[in-house]
Amino acid sequence: MSDLYREIIIDHYKHPRNVGELPEADVHGHEDNSVCGDVVDVFISFDDQGVASEIKWNGEGCALSQASASLLSDMLKGKTREEIAQITEGDILEVVGTTLNPSRQKCATLAVHALYKGLKG
Amino acid sequence: MKDIRQIQSDFPILSRSIHGHPLVYLDNGATSQKPQQVIDTITSFLQTSNANVHRGIYTLSEEATEMYEGVREKVAQFIHARSSKEILFTRNATESLNLVALSWARQNLKKGDEIITTVMEHHSNIVPWQILAKERGIILRFVPVITEAGILDIDACTQLLNSRTKLVCVGHMSNLLGTVNPVKVLAVKAHEVGAKIAVDGCQAVPHMPVDVQDLQADFYVFSSHKMLGPTGVGVLWAREEILETTEPVMGGGDMIKTVSKTEATWNEIPWKFEAGTPNVSGVIGLGAAIDYLTHVGMTHIWDHEHEIAQYVLPKLLDIDGVHVFGIQEAHADRGAIFSFWVDGMHPHDIASIFDEEGIAIRAGHMCAQPLLTAYKKSSAARASFYLYNSIADADAFLAAIKKAKSIFS
Repeated sequence: MSDLYREIIIDHYKHPRNVGELPEADVHGHEDNSVCGDVVDVFISFDDQGVASEIKWNGEGCALSQASASLLSDMLKGKTREEIAQITEGDILEVVGTTLNPSRQKCATLAVHALYKGLKG
Repeated sequence: MKDIRQIQSDFPILSRSIHGHPLVYLDNGATSQKPQQVIDTITSFLQTSNANVHRGIYTLSEEATEMYEGVREKVAQFIHARSSKEILFTRNATESLNLVALSWARQNLKKGDEIITTVMEHHSNIVPWQILAKERGIILRFVPVITEAGILDIDACTQLLNSRTKLVCVGHMSNLLGTVNPVKVLAVKAHEVGAKIAVDGCQAVPHMPVDVQDLQADFYVFSSHKMLGPTGVGVLWAREEILETTEPVMGGGDMIKTVSKTEATWNEIPWKFEAGTPNVSGVIGLGAAIDYLTHVGMTHIWDHEHEIAQYVLPKLLDIDGVHVFGIQEAHADRGAIFSFWVDGMHPHDIASIFDEEGIAIRAGHMCAQPLLTAYKKSSAARASFYLYNSIADADAFLAAIKKAKSIFS
């Protein structure tokens, strides 16, 4: 087996969760990786209590960037805007793999950066 | 003649292991590894003969100058230039092409003139012409690629050529497809309409015998680091009569004969194009690289890579879901460069899995975005072989593709 491509990565790459778009989303962030052309869009809608009720993402690229986006979308559910803003690169790398080299870390954190851009509005 | 084991033992880096596997280096299209002979020559120069060149008088400077200019002779012989006066040292092949754009082309082309390049080119044989075209109102035209065949559409090129065409730019061998282009045919066609031809030889000079006179080229560029030499040295070969009538674009030390407060006179060619202290140790390292390549023999290297291509291509194409860009069978007009994609896998993931196996391959746009676009792709994976790569390396490469496929299946 591969150290990098553990089952969770392959699973989320082949069966991505929460894929789609929310045209009316409260938060929409887009990020691309100029090195490889990977793209991710993240959409979040909040309910009356300010809790993330609908989360969608869309993108194109390598397994690491796409699986990370899928994993991130699962992490956002039920969180408030403030809680979401607390999510760090480290949180996603902990799930995806802490031994990634710098260029692959960029792939894995693409969705987090799309999220940050969305939160900034 | 050296056998493959002897050749491999000359390259210290090849005994390295990566992630617990012996290194299999298959990114020779990007840069080559260096034999001990090149490393030793650079070290020895710095230890025993280092001085600035063309400063004369004292022993060290004489030695350094003799070694530096000796490499110019070696380069001239290596590519069959008429004289070493036609060899200019630059930083890399990109700078060589830019120098043609900034000097000869800028001084000789005017609004409405046309430059023809090809869709198959590396960005360095496209962007300098785009910049010049925008600045001067020059029209830039592209020879298309017949994608299924992996070759240039020569008939389309013939249609593009006209009396306004002043320059044709073409790569000798494609860095993505491994296709060897019919440079001589294009040179004859270009000359028929009075145009010059600039050839990017980065992927050719390291791998096959090159004769710039036989090719009937006007400009020919290549880089030291892709042919076992150090980084930071490029070559521009141009016909003597072109260099004689072209003005230098960089002023400074070494390129002048006399300087007053108001004007300067130029040094002879090639030095009038080499302002400032050159990469002396790098050029001397390139000399050692040429010695090494000559000792092994360029025909032998080309034959070896042809054998690799004959071995790899059918096996690669046989793997379900694997697709190879360009020419699908090994023949004389194809080098040992294999760009490919695998259904359901991104090239970066392929390269990562290869890295875990100790195999270095390239993934990305390969500095050839117009060509990838012609294939309706945004990136590719590429394995490019060289003289030190063995059939065992080819087997490791093929096994890694199968492993990558099994991880993603």
